Amino acid sequence: MPDLTADGVLAELQPIFQEALDNPGLTVTRGSSGLNTPGWDSIAHIEIIEMVERHFKVRFDLGEVQDLKTVGDLVDLTRRTAQH
Amino acid sequence: MVDFSFCHIDEILMHRKSLRRQLLTAEELKDLRVAVLGGATTTELVNFLDLLLLQGGFRPVFYQSEYGRYYEDAVQDPQALIDFAPDLVYIHTSCRDVRHSPPIDCTEAQFNESVESELERFLEIWNSLDRNLGCQVIQSNFETPPYAILGNMDSVAYGGLSRFLMQVNVAFAQEACKRPKLILQDAHGISARLGTRNWFDWRRYWNYKLLLTPEANLEVARSLYSMVRAMYGKSRKVLVLDLDNTLWGGVIGDDGIEKIQIGRETPVAEAYTAFQEYCLSLRNRGILLAVCSKNTEEIAKSGFEHPSSILKLEDISCFKANWNPKHENLQEIARELNLGVDSFVFVDDNPAERVIVQAQLPQVAVPDVGSDVSRFAEILEQGRFFEPIALSKEDLVRAALYADNSRRAALQRKFANYGEYLDSLEMVAEIDSFKPLYLDRIAQLTNKTNQFNLTTQRYTLAEMEAIAGDEHHIALYGRLTDRFGDNGLISIVVGRIERATLHIDLWLMSCRVLKRDMEFAMLDAIVERSLDAGLERLMGYYFPTAKNGMVADFYAKLGFEPSVADDRALPEGATVWNLHLADYKPKNQHIHVMEHANA
Repeated sequence: MPDLTADGVLAELQPIFQEALDNPGLTVTRGSSGLNTPGWDSIAHIEIIEMVERHFKVRFDLGEVQDLKTVGDLVDLTRRTAQH
Repeated sequence: MVDFSFCHIDEILMHRKSLRRQLLTAEELKDLRVAVLGGATTTELVNFLDLLLLQGGFRPVFYQSEYGRYYEDAVQDPQALIDFAPDLVYIHTSCRDVRHSPPIDCTEAQFNESVESELERFLEIWNSLDRNLGCQVIQSNFETPPYAILGNMDSVAYGGLSRFLMQVNVAFAQEACKRPKLILQDAHGISARLGTRNWFDWRRYWNYKLLLTPEANLEVARSLYSMVRAMYGKSRKVLVLDLDNTLWGGVIGDDGIEKIQIGRETPVAEAYTAFQEYCLSLRNRGILLAVCSKNTEEIAKSGFEHPSSILKLEDISCFKANWNPKHENLQEIARELNLGVDSFVFVDDNPAERVIVQAQLPQVAVPDVGSDVSRFAEILEQGRFFEPIALSKEDLVRAALYADNSRRAALQRKFANYGEYLDSLEMVAEIDSFKPLYLDRIAQLTNKTNQFNLTTQRYTLAEMEAIAGDEHHIALYGRLTDRFGDNGLISIVVGRIERATLHIDLWLMSCRVLKRDMEFAMLDAIVERSLDAGLERLMGYYFPTAKNGMVADFYAKLGFEPSVADDRALPEGATVWNLHLADYKPKNQHIHVMEHANA
């Protein structure tokens, strides 16, 4: 069972971002987004969503995915969805 | 190495970039340029295909059309594609891309017109690609639509989208039969096996114009990968089978022939019968069957005399039943069939045997078939090991050809010397310049021959076509018939004329006709044509690979002298050979060569 505290989810997102953005040294924060994170383009975004959903065994709704902009958004959405 | 054909999709999705980095370190990857033209976003599909191709020994470079621009890229503005110079174009379109679906109240005439109009759009695409690129094109057909607006009537009424797409698929198939460079990918079948509920991903479609689920994209990529393997002659050719609890239930050495489970008496017996029928249908389309079993040979063979056995002994091209390790027997089978173990698929219910074979011979495909016979065929199918892109006459009679070979071997034992044996075969060869009729077979043989192949240069159909019409090349094929049957088109030589020299870029022969002196007949023909063209010498090249050691001294045996390359860079270990034509004496003594028609 993954750790669903805000810090726990953020920690588990790190290897996902490192893999998806092909950058083993990368650390993302709640404020990280496509605007300030190299490699996080629309194509990488699709992969990140798919990986997060599979890792946490959750499925986001259409509108929720549309509104995702930052790592913070992703942490919050993951926690909300996983707890239901 | 990870075997992606059975890898779980999560493994691939979660580690794609690391896997890719790891695969890129492999040596001897073959460059492959693939253009993907999609009706929807194709990035995920391309990502999967990229991994599969890397794992299969290719180094792919991709071109992707902007989403939905497949028609424009192919027809209206093909310059970017021309500049990219692909080896292969893949067009993936779906039921979302249909432009002429008929109105719900349409008549038969309107329906037929709609099918024509839809086909016409794709004809424009294929014709333009043919004209501008001339390379292989893979086109997907249409899946069943996500909604049946008319319910079951949707596949009956002229206004039903299901009915319409079925008809367009038939029209696509008819075109694919007519066009050698168009290969159809059966997306309809792939989606049906997966289920269309696991096929369409509407959330990703509205967000990113990505129509398919990752599962569907992976299936499409796997199917494409097997088609590329087939195009380059890398499809598997032999199914090697264990016996006890694989082809029949029970252990024949312990239970006896009367107790093994085969036939129609019990559910388990029926399942083994069905699996034997599956194996037989593979054999009937040209896949060789071999047996590799830990058994006493005579007892093992008696299983095929069971009255309910679907497979008979004569269906088995090579039979190994003894107590030696299976990987050793597989190598024996490879030697006897003159094929590499990389053309083998091994099926055994015993996981311990699978593990050791996989460890000792990693080139053999060893699917995890489990131990439940009712799943063997399905699991084999998922591996897509035996994908053909065209069924040649030769494929359909291949097993018979190998049977002829064993009759020839029996005959050979009775002669005083080898020349007498060769004469007794009453061999007749047809050796001639490339003809359009044979170009498919020439490209196919070129891309699958690994052992008797001096340079292992691969050529696409389009390249062979170009060579056939080029006055600076002497390109010959050889067919060989003997008293036991037609061996088909079995040898190819491509020589390039440069000043007074013919550079032999390609010389290969099917191992089916080893030691028949066919190479002498081919050399005589090359020399004759070279002299007609006013040439003075032949330059032969040998590029060593893991598989072509058998021809390392080929040119020496033909009387060529060691030489050095003029000024071209050659692969490591390559040797160069030189033959002056001035006092060449014909070498062939045992094959009657027919007069050629278009000399």
